[in-house]
Amino acid sequence: MSDHEYTPKSKFGKWFNDRLPLLTLANHLTDYPTPKNLNYWWTFGGILTFCLITQIVTGLVLAMHYIAHADMAFDSVEHIMRDVNYGWLIRYIHANGASMFFLAVYIHIFRSLFYGSYKAPREIIWIIGIIIYLLMMAAAFLGYVLPWGQMSFWGATVITNLFSAIPLVGEGIVTWLWGGYSVDNPTLTRFFTLHYLIPFLILGLVVLHIWALHVPGNNNPVGIDIKKPSKDTVPFHPYIVIKDGFALLMFMIVFAFFVFYTPNILGHADNYIEANPLVTPAHIVPEWYLLPFYAILRSVPDKLLGVVAMLSAILILAALPWLDTSKIRSAVFRPLYRQFYWILVADVLILGYVGAMPAEGLYLLVARVATAYYFLHFLVVLPLLGWKEKTLPIPLSITEPILGGSPNLATAKNKESLKN
Amino acid sequence: MKNFLKIILLIFLFSGFSFSVQAAEKIEYLKTDWSFKGLFGKFDRASLQRGYQVYTEVCSSCHSMKYLSYRNLSEKGGPEFTVEQAKAIAASFEVKDGPNADGDMFTRPGRLSDKFVMPYDNVQAAQAANGGAYPPDMSVLVKARGGGVDYIYSLLQGYEDPPAGVTLDDGVYYNKYMYGNKIKMANQLSDGLVEYTDGTSATVEQMSKDVTTFLMWSAEPHLESRHQMGFKAIVYLIILTILVYFSMKKIWSRIETEV
Amino acid sequence: MSEKKTKRRDFLFTATYAVGAVGVGATIWPMIDQMNPDASVKALASTEVDVSAVDPGKTITVLWRGKPVFIRRRTQDEIAEARSVKLEDLKHPEKDEDRAANPEWLVMLGVCTHLGCVPLDQKGEYNGWFCPCHGSHYDISGRIRKGPAPTNMEIPKYEFVNANTIKIG
Repeated sequence: MSDHEYTPKSKFGKWFNDRLPLLTLANHLTDYPTPKNLNYWWTFGGILTFCLITQIVTGLVLAMHYIAHADMAFDSVEHIMRDVNYGWLIRYIHANGASMFFLAVYIHIFRSLFYGSYKAPREIIWIIGIIIYLLMMAAAFLGYVLPWGQMSFWGATVITNLFSAIPLVGEGIVTWLWGGYSVDNPTLTRFFTLHYLIPFLILGLVVLHIWALHVPGNNNPVGIDIKKPSKDTVPFHPYIVIKDGFALLMFMIVFAFFVFYTPNILGHADNYIEANPLVTPAHIVPEWYLLPFYAILRSVPDKLLGVVAMLSAILILAALPWLDTSKIRSAVFRPLYRQFYWILVADVLILGYVGAMPAEGLYLLVARVATAYYFLHFLVVLPLLGWKEKTLPIPLSITEPILGGSPNLATAKNKESLKN
Repeated sequence: MKNFLKIILLIFLFSGFSFSVQAAEKIEYLKTDWSFKGLFGKFDRASLQRGYQVYTEVCSSCHSMKYLSYRNLSEKGGPEFTVEQAKAIAASFEVKDGPNADGDMFTRPGRLSDKFVMPYDNVQAAQAANGGAYPPDMSVLVKARGGGVDYIYSLLQGYEDPPAGVTLDDGVYYNKYMYGNKIKMANQLSDGLVEYTDGTSATVEQMSKDVTTFLMWSAEPHLESRHQMGFKAIVYLIILTILVYFSMKKIWSRIETEV
Repeated sequence: MSEKKTKRRDFLFTATYAVGAVGVGATIWPMIDQMNPDASVKALASTEVDVSAVDPGKTITVLWRGKPVFIRRRTQDEIAEARSVKLEDLKHPEKDEDRAANPEWLVMLGVCTHLGCVPLDQKGEYNGWFCPCHGSHYDISGRIRKGPAPTNMEIPKYEFVNANTIKIG
């Protein structure tokens, strides 16, 4: 990876670069050898960076008009929507941007699950990613409280109350979080501060995430190690820049559709009712991207164990590089794992669905089965598969399956004869 | 590409499930054509003006609209009264102001910059005057109800006698479309209740439609700008996407093997 | 690569950059414009003041766009005094007729043009206003006569909408 031979063209460039090697960095990023067989599932890293910048810029601008006080928060949001020049646009971009951010991160994560991007030597990239994901959820939760609608208030009440499940110190922690005896103004003001802070923590972690990635280089759909640079790679600029740009534009079309035509469809109507501590909404639900974890939380009858289950569901992902014992990275060559992968996808979607439903009757039963299966996948299925699964032979190079048109199963099988 | 489309479809289906949370009762609302729906939807100005009239004459004695200002009545995208009309409307209301140099609050005629006068000073006064039930502020009511405009439109026409076996307390009425069917607002609309200045016949259905249209505008005063900007944005993005697509093809053609 | 192919390829990239730049500009503009005065602030851009209770020789101060505005109903003597000042004696020459179209009413921003303090009424050596911050003296037409202020106190846009009401801004 070290490429200190770059010399800037201009005299000023050389002088500056000797003192702060930004130009060397830019050159490294431009020339960075990227596998040439990456498919569109690899464009979501760039899309996520765009989402982060969008949220930071729109958030910064909203913060110029938003008032973080329980008596004025809801009013200030309406002021933004009605009076601030383009306020409605910036607000809708920020609110829908959060959803788009999570849409992209789920695709990004599921890409890694399918192609084994979390496996050695990329474990640290993966773990940093999990931390980023956790911070995203925290930021989203805090941000949702800020408009001080019914869902803001009651969602905050439910989630902060979870901490009371901690034995001995639980109640004290909740009071400390609230800054009072219930969710109220002190809670709102500190939530605003933390919501403003977290995206910059995420930004720092993203830098580390990309830095850690650049050590081994990208994984690729076939999951084999490739030499960088070589005829199997292309320089990041312009090949990947233009491809990421194309994917980003498609993503922005979907984004624009939400912002301009159905800006409230992913939200909850109750959040247009001002927070009322005396009236609890009929159904308290988080935003869609938190629903699977909400389902897991509610499927356990015990409060503390429910919290533990919910947190474990996320933290277990961090152990994934060691739970998955398979030597083969990409699911392209793991037919049995592939089946379980799609079952996991369905399981998560089912959890999301029941997370939005009342936690009773058939919904609760389904939630419990789906929760149990989720843990079964990571704790039992994956380790076993690594030992037991008969994988397909992996190609020698990435150009091998490509010559057939696409790195798919049939082609790989056909090319087996070329292997020797 | 196929997988990508499959996942997009799954996501839209999934979002379809999430919406159903709100309409838990599966009730069919009354349907009508809303001029503001759809990609090119616009408000019917005359309907907005009639709706404002219904709001003022029927609803405003109990329901506030605290996020609307009188100047909004003459701004683009709304009822588009003339500035003079909006000034006159504002001046017809007494607005609280002060304190003056003596430290007293006083009233004065409204101005364009004032917010709509509220019928009650605070939530508690509103509740006390309405049997303990707070008539909600209607500025964003359309967005605060899962059923949206269809729900409000239906509710206004949905009063009927309770079915057999359902008893109602004093001050509680039966409404077919209200969540839970029990509502503390009595039926307000009857044919000819309002005499529309533009001569339109004021049937219950007409008034329901007009006032609901007005409420939609009050919840989303920038709806028309949003639609227009959205159209331009998406057309622009499609053009740029096409240009970038061909640029991408050109660039990738430089390497011998097609991916 | 043939000359024609290179030209077409360059055109495609140029066109893409150009169209992209339009989008970037269109996206940045709302971020900048949102800092401009919003609709509710612009609605308060003008203020109407009832001056029926102001007797000759009295000054009232009203708030307009967040700043004080002095409205003084001048006596005949004061008007005569303001009109008699020779323009050569003024640091910032302005005729009183140009500052107070209706000579009985002086409407001006009560902000010292030196560094922005609010001058005190009926103080100073020129029978007008005196700014205690750095010692600027203004006359009965609000013109700087002595002290560090560079210009006369500003006259905002105003008009009498009727005999008793002044609309400022």
